[in-house]
Order: sequence, then C-alpha cells, then structure tokens
Amino acid sequence: MGSFELSGKVYQTDEDGYLVNMDDWNKEAAEHLAKEENVEMTDAHWEVVNLLREYYEEYKIAPMIKILIKAVGKKLGPDKGNNKYLYELYPQGPAKQACKIAGLPKPTGCV
Amino acid sequence: MAKEKESKTPMLDELETGPWPSFVKDLKQLAKRKPELEQALGQLEDSYQTNTNHWLGTVLNLDGYGGGVIARYSDVQDKFPLAAQFHTIRIIEPSGWLYNTAALRQLCDISEKHSAGILQFHGMTGDILMLGSNNEKTYTAGEELMENGWDIGGSGPALRTLACCVGPAYCEMSCFDTLGLTKFITDTYISELHRPELPYKYKFKISGCANDCANSIQRSDMPIMGTWRDKIQVNQKEVAKFIKENGENYVVDNVITRCPTKCIKLEKKKIKIDDSNCVKCMHCINVMHKALAPGKDKGVTILLGGKRTLKIGDTMSSVLVPFMKMETREDWDKLIQLVRRIWDFWGEHGLDHERVGEFIDRVGLGTFLDGIGVEPDPQMVKHPRSNPYIKFEEYTQPRIAGEPKESPNVVDKEVEGKEAAV
Ligand code: HEM
Ligand code: SF4
Ligand code: SF4
Repeated sequence: MGSFELSGKVYQTDEDGYLVNMDDWNKEAAEHLAKEENVEMTDAHWEVVNLLREYYEEYKIAPMIKILIKAVGKKLGPDKGNNKYLYELYPQGPAKQACKIAGLPKPTGCV
Repeated sequence: MAKEKESKTPMLDELETGPWPSFVKDLKQLAKRKPELEQALGQLEDSYQTNTNHWLGTVLNLDGYGGGVIARYSDVQDKFPLAAQFHTIRIIEPSGWLYNTAALRQLCDISEKHSAGILQFHGMTGDILMLGSNNEKTYTAGEELMENGWDIGGSGPALRTLACCVGPAYCEMSCFDTLGLTKFITDTYISELHRPELPYKYKFKISGCANDCANSIQRSDMPIMGTWRDKIQVNQKEVAKFIKENGENYVVDNVITRCPTKCIKLEKKKIKIDDSNCVKCMHCINVMHKALAPGKDKGVTILLGGKRTLKIGDTMSSVLVPFMKMETREDWDKLIQLVRRIWDFWGEHGLDHERVGEFIDRVGLGTFLDGIGVEPDPQMVKHPRSNPYIKFEEYTQPRIAGEPKESPNVVDKEVEGKEAAV
C-alpha cells in the first residue's frame, strides 16, 4: 500500500502502484503514474489510455488484449491495430502500463 | 530437559531425513552463499507452521515483453526482507533440451550472479527456470541472458515456450524432425510468444512418435505427434532372432496379446500385421525394436485441447488432423496457417481465460471446425454418443451466458437452404 499527493489531493495506491480508487483518476494523476513507469505521454499514448477508459466505463472490465488491439485498429487506424505498436508506446506491455496509467484495476492472471 | 540449541526450522528439518534427495538440504547449503535463501526457508517454515502461503503474485516485465517473468513477492517481508521478492525467469530452452556444457556453465554463472542460484531443468512448460531474482536483478539477468543469445519464455495469455522430444537427434522411433519444427514455430510466432494477445495460454508440445516423450497429450493445447500411414516395417530375420533369444511365448505374452486392437499375429514364427487396424500405438515396436519399425510414409497427427483443470476439469487432447505430412517448408507453412486460423477464431470468440479445449467444449466441435475451415472426420470423435434416444439435428448457434455485451454470436450460420438431418 502507498499513496501520492498532487495539488493537495491524496491518491491511494496498492502495492504495485495501481490506483485503489478508480474515481480518483484524472489527467494529472495519469501523468504522475506515467512518470513512475518511465513513460512519456504523447498524443499517441493518450489515445490508448482514453480508449481504455471508454471501454472500462461501458463494460466495467479491462478489455482482453485482442479486443484492445482491434479497438485501437478500428478507432485509430489499421496501422496502429497491432501488438507491436502498443509495445512501442508501452514497452512493458499495454496490460501492465497502459491500464495502470488509465487508472484501471491491476490485471489479474497468475501464470 | 533437552539443552540442545533449538532449530529455527523444525518442520523443514523433517524434510531432510530419509534416504532421498532433499531440497531443504540443498537450499541450506546454498544459503551459505545466498543469505536471501535462509530467509526464504524461514518464510517457508512459517508457512508450514501456520498453514499460510506468503507469496503474492504481481506483474513484472522486461522492456518489449508482456510476459516471461513469474513475479512473486512476500507478504511478510518485514520479517524476511531479503526474500521480499523471489521472481522466476522463464528462458526458452533449445529444441530437444540439448545443450553443450559451455551453455550450461553460462546459465549457471548468470543464475549465480542475478538470481538465488537455482535453476530448474526444466519446468513443466519446457522452459529453463531461473529462480529467486529481485526487481533489479530480473532486469540485469534479462540483459545478460539476451546478450548471450538466450531469450525469455512465454507466460500469461500467450503462445507458451514450445518443447519437443529429442526426436531424430538420437531416437530411431522418430517420424519427423521434431527439433526443426519446434524452432520453426518458435521463430515464426516469436511475437505471439513475447506479447500476449490470445484469450489464454496456448501450448505446443511436439513428440516424434506416439511414445510421446514430450508429454504432449496431457500437457499441451496442441500436441503434434509423429505417426505413419503405410505398413509397419517388419524384418523377419530379426523376428526369428528375437524369438530365438526370448522364446515364442515371450512374443505372444508381451507383444501379440498386448496389441490394443489385436491386429498383430505370430504365424509360423513370422510376424503378420493387419495394418488397416493398427492404431500406431508403438507398443510392438518398443518391445521388438530391431524387428519392427514405423512405416516409411511418415507424418504427424495434430491434436487439440489438452489442459489442466480450469473452467472444466483436466482434459487430454483429441485428434484434429489425423494425418499430415511434415517434411517440407510447405508442410510447415500449412501448419502455421492452421494455427493462425485457430487463433483468429478462438481469439475472436473465446472468453477471457478460456483455453481452446474449453472453447470447443462450449461452442461445439461442429461450430469450431466451421470457424477454422476444417472438414469433420470420424477420427475426431472422442467417444461414441452414449444416449441413443437423442438424435442430433444440425448443430445450433450456441448462446453463451456471460459473453461480453455486444459480442457477436459465435457463428452466423445461414440456416436457410440447409436441411436439418432427421
Ligand atoms: C494460489 C496460488 C497459485 C496457483 C493457483 C498457481 C497455479 C499454477 C498453475 C495452474 C500452474 C501451471 C501448471 C502447469 O504447467 O500445468 C502454475 C505454474 C507455476 N507456478 Fe503457480 N500457482 C500459485 C502460486 C504460485 C507461487 C506462490 C509460485 C512461486 C513462488 C508459483 C510459481 C509457479 C511457477 C514458477 C510455475 C511454472 C512451473 C513450470 O513451468 O513448471 N505459483 N501455477
Ligand atoms: S516420442 Fe518417440 S521419437 Fe520422441 S524420443 Fe520418445 S520414442 Fe523417440
Ligand atoms: S503399433 Fe500398436 S496397434 Fe499397431 S500393431 Fe503394434 S501394438 Fe498393435
């Protein structure tokens, strides 16, 4: 368990740095989480994060990676609809890094 | 009253008694150099005492990789700070698990430097496992491994590291090049191995014959097993020699009566086989390996659906492609295409964490075969139907509870123009 503070607001995080309370999320918090992951947020990064949040709003779960890839391809153009593109933006994986920055729950899955 | 110094790990100590090898003994030895191991053992003792598991899972990836590190951290790290993290790195093993000693020494050195100095040859997945790295050392280990030509294995919902038997490298039973095919699939689908994009794990295991030394049928989603479609090669001279050495009764008791389909006979001291009824189980060949050998027209059987208990109980794989040649680059490409079609269909319609065997169970084999464009074949039937009162009509579109909203039906079949079988 941990926390960070931005502009006077305290954000609770779990032991891996994911936001405990999704509703706390805002752009400023996202920038902070991105910095922790050594990711510099460009427009391309935001496109993916926004898409993740839209999906989560609607379905209340994080998308399976295949669905994310397809959604990215459909919304942002076919040249971006592949895993390689997502890993260029988020080198340690969209599931781990993009979800964290988007304030989504920690991906599950053991092995 | 006993005045001896009390052991800090009385329950673990029990595991050192007896004539068998003991991991406790080994790890205590290693702990002299690796203090984190003493604490890891301390934590394990605590687990035994309190019946509590103290390891928690998390996600830790190397740059560009979506898996390959099984990250575990301790929930009692204030008590055992040195063992706070204890990650396992999966490393892709060479085809057939064949190494030269220089490669083994190198792995030992890297493991000694960047982990707790524990290597497992091999995990059930087939990978080499390097155990006991912390957050920082996982990266340095990864770097040094890659500098030396090793690569990280698969984990999560991805293609998993492949594994195969020694095959033609030194086994006369082998019906195709298990080593080459393993390398080819690994190279072709390396992105799918490193970057998860499937509903769940997908394992290949590849055996040169039905002896299945790679354990493919229980341990993989897609076993590929060597077989043949002509006649077993019989060398009657060697048969005579075998009978002379072992006696006719031995052959009858150990070969003839143990053929599962009763298709092999001994007639006037000669072996006769009804090859049309032979199921290529390898038994007779294993016993009389000089007199009998697999046929000349060799290939593979491709199976599908093996897994351990998840959504449904343990399953063994069953036949998908009864026979396929596996010799040329074109044959290999055909397999790659088949796998692509399976991944596309299952990837599109599979649920989160649903293995391909469970997917087939849910949507039905008919739907699945339609989806991947493979014609049904009687050899795909796992067992005859058990209820004679139900007649099946054309299989219907499965509708599945719990499918994500707006997800399309598994197959949009045109019902019109198709007559239901009565
Ligand atoms: C409740 C907790 C756990 C569950 C349900 C679980 C489940 C599993 C399953 C189903 C497998 C696959 C086995 C197979 O190949 O068929 C597996 C493999 C593995 N697990 Fe766990 N596990 C748990 C905890 C742990 C812990 C605490 C560790 C390490 C500290 C661990 C390390 C591993 C490793 C390294 C493998 C791969 C073994 C291999 O490739 O042979 N797991 N686990
Ligand atoms: S599976 Fe067959 S070919 Fe492979 S090592 Fe075993 S006996 Fe030999
Ligand atoms: S391979 Fe098996 S089925 Fe075929 S003849 Fe030999 S024992 Fe019988």
